[in-house]
Amino acid sequence: MKRNLTLILVLLITASLVLASCAQQPVATEAPQAQATEPPQSEEPVATEEEPMATEEPMATEEPVATEAPAMEEVTLTIGFTSSQTGAQEVSSKRQVDGLNLWLNQLNDAGGITLSDGTVVKFAAVTYDDESTKERVQELYTRLITEDDADYLISPYSSGLAAAASIIAELNGKVMITAGAAEDDAYKTGNTGLFQLYTPGSLYLISTVDLLKELDPEAKVAVVHESDKFSTSVVEGLKPYLESQGFEIVLEEAYASDTTDFGPVINKITASGATVLLGGGHYPDGSTFARQLYERNVGLDFISLLVAPADSKFPELGDAALGVATSSQWELSATHTEEEAANFGVEWFGPSGEEFAAAYEAAYGDPPTYHAAGGYAAGLVLQKAIIDADSVDPEAVKAALEAMDLFTFYGGIKFDTTPEAHGLQLAHEMVVAQWQKNDAGELVREVIWPADVATADPLFPSSAP
Amino acid sequence: MPQIDLLLASLPDGILLGFVYGLAAMGLALIWGVMNVINLSHGPIITLGMFGTFFLFTRADTNPYLGLIPIAALGLLLGILIYIVAVHRVINAPHLSSLLATFSVNMIIIGLGTALLTTSPYNVDFTLPAIKIGSTTLLGTRLVAALVSILFTGGLYLFLYRARPGKYIRAVANNRAAAELMGIDSTRILALSFGLGTMLAAVSGALIATFFPFNILSGGGYELKSFVISVLGGLGNPIGALFGGLILGTLEGIIPAFLETSWVPVIEFSLFVMILLIRPSGLFGAKS
Repeated sequence: MKRNLTLILVLLITASLVLASCAQQPVATEAPQAQATEPPQSEEPVATEEEPMATEEPMATEEPVATEAPAMEEVTLTIGFTSSQTGAQEVSSKRQVDGLNLWLNQLNDAGGITLSDGTVVKFAAVTYDDESTKERVQELYTRLITEDDADYLISPYSSGLAAAASIIAELNGKVMITAGAAEDDAYKTGNTGLFQLYTPGSLYLISTVDLLKELDPEAKVAVVHESDKFSTSVVEGLKPYLESQGFEIVLEEAYASDTTDFGPVINKITASGATVLLGGGHYPDGSTFARQLYERNVGLDFISLLVAPADSKFPELGDAALGVATSSQWELSATHTEEEAANFGVEWFGPSGEEFAAAYEAAYGDPPTYHAAGGYAAGLVLQKAIIDADSVDPEAVKAALEAMDLFTFYGGIKFDTTPEAHGLQLAHEMVVAQWQKNDAGELVREVIWPADVATADPLFPSSAP
Repeated sequence: MPQIDLLLASLPDGILLGFVYGLAAMGLALIWGVMNVINLSHGPIITLGMFGTFFLFTRADTNPYLGLIPIAALGLLLGILIYIVAVHRVINAPHLSSLLATFSVNMIIIGLGTALLTTSPYNVDFTLPAIKIGSTTLLGTRLVAALVSILFTGGLYLFLYRARPGKYIRAVANNRAAAELMGIDSTRILALSFGLGTMLAAVSGALIATFFPFNILSGGGYELKSFVISVLGGLGNPIGALFGGLILGTLEGIIPAFLETSWVPVIEFSLFVMILLIRPSGLFGAKS
């Protein structure tokens, strides 16, 4: 009996470990999901007038003049992507997909893209729940390509999932716009079909360090981050820049993605004598980390965490959110403008930030985060590439993406075309945002850097009332 | 801060957390001890306890510690229900049947929870003042959670050794056939035992929610810890589970002082395997 029980127990721990991973995949939504979002009420259709428009008249031909105008051909392109409807990336992924859906619905409602040959291009989305796991991503992107005949791909949210998808996209020669994926490495392995929207991970915290240089050049920095692809790539770019700016890194520590008890890590931060904390990872760990930093009243002068503080759920932490800063890919209060594009001498495309935000809020009831803006911008970039290519041929669209030098409300878009880092984002810049309290005592996310777009002074030390 | 100070700072945290881990594992150990059923729905029930605290706190404005009373009652009833619906018919079947039955319950709870609550993180915005002694910070919520865990352990001990139904439980655990011959309704006692096990799991989840954010999948990690603790404390020995929890919590306090935190699960599960190999019945007098 005892022997049997021991055997059962050994089997059990094996099963438990399997179940633990199964727990990440609780719901399989195999069926393609129809885009159920309501057509957003855009005040203004996305500008497709800037492209060479097809004339409404029939093209001059040598054929006998027809008595009726020929019917325009309508092409529906399938955009394939997965979304993390469950699992660790759910919060940010949902925003990204909402942004993408908003773009798609707006464009289709506005009549699609009209090419010079009269072809009207519209879009349909096919999406599945990837459950925030790489295995599902690879399985589903294969399915999107081989069974759903996706013409173009948008990446899932997060660097790890996007890297998994990129392998499948590249193997099948598909163009994939990577939204929500900042890690650099996927672009340095010879891929040619990936085009990155986010500022690369290695540059993610550069603006934060610049701000820190202004606030406290003598700061002692603790770098504590999630041990995933994205956060690690951010830290790899951060450390040399910190050192080049004369900062002392007093602690570097990685933690597992599923960490819930940050007590030991926080004790190490205290023990290190750090005055500034840079790090974090994604929403679940970042929000937990922020809360426990607050509970332990660590007394750091400045805390900057990746991703989590950029989400509008973050104030649910209450006072624990106060003073926490983040690097943001886009903030409405510092949105990019047509005037800015003109100053840089770069072409402007798409709606203004205010128009995007109003349409997003009307459609989903929340103000947009940078993840939502990134999803929308992914669609805009694809749209502009098709317009520039004046074709839906993937090779022509890829060439248009490679030649792209553009400004949208989301910021600059220009891709590296060298074989060493093909598709890496070159033009997009980030801002630093911080949770502060407004006059009514409500938590609001203020832009604090760069100074020329800042909406408030930094709260420094961040534990100050 | 020298290493010893770092250890002193981390150790109390780990020990306080260990009490709550112990409480969670106690539920698993009780069910195993009484009916030889490995309850794979243990993790989701811990999660349900977390959501109980969340909804009572955010929707009904109930203090999380007062909320333990309805959560414990509902946990007990849920356990009895699970026993009647899923476990009773397979109680005498091979272990695999009960394993699959409770795994099915696990999947049902996770599936329903995911559909209704998504996998987004939830947070109970509740704090208590911390006590600072030198480099050591004792969080108020963890202190109270540890005290509640001790109270529940004491209560369980008194129940099992002083109350008549508790004695029935021990009798059924010891020899079900003999207990039945003595007139004990074993079905009722088994249902009660299962209910008590899930009650302890739900209460531990309710306490964990006061200091960690969570989502519907969060219980899985605590379920795994509960297995380790059950082995440390002695399989089928619910009181020993508390000591197992303390050992695990202490390890979680000590290891990060010397190694990166990512080493904690590696060492924990290595210990688990070692205990199984060297002393399969656990450290604290397990059920044979």
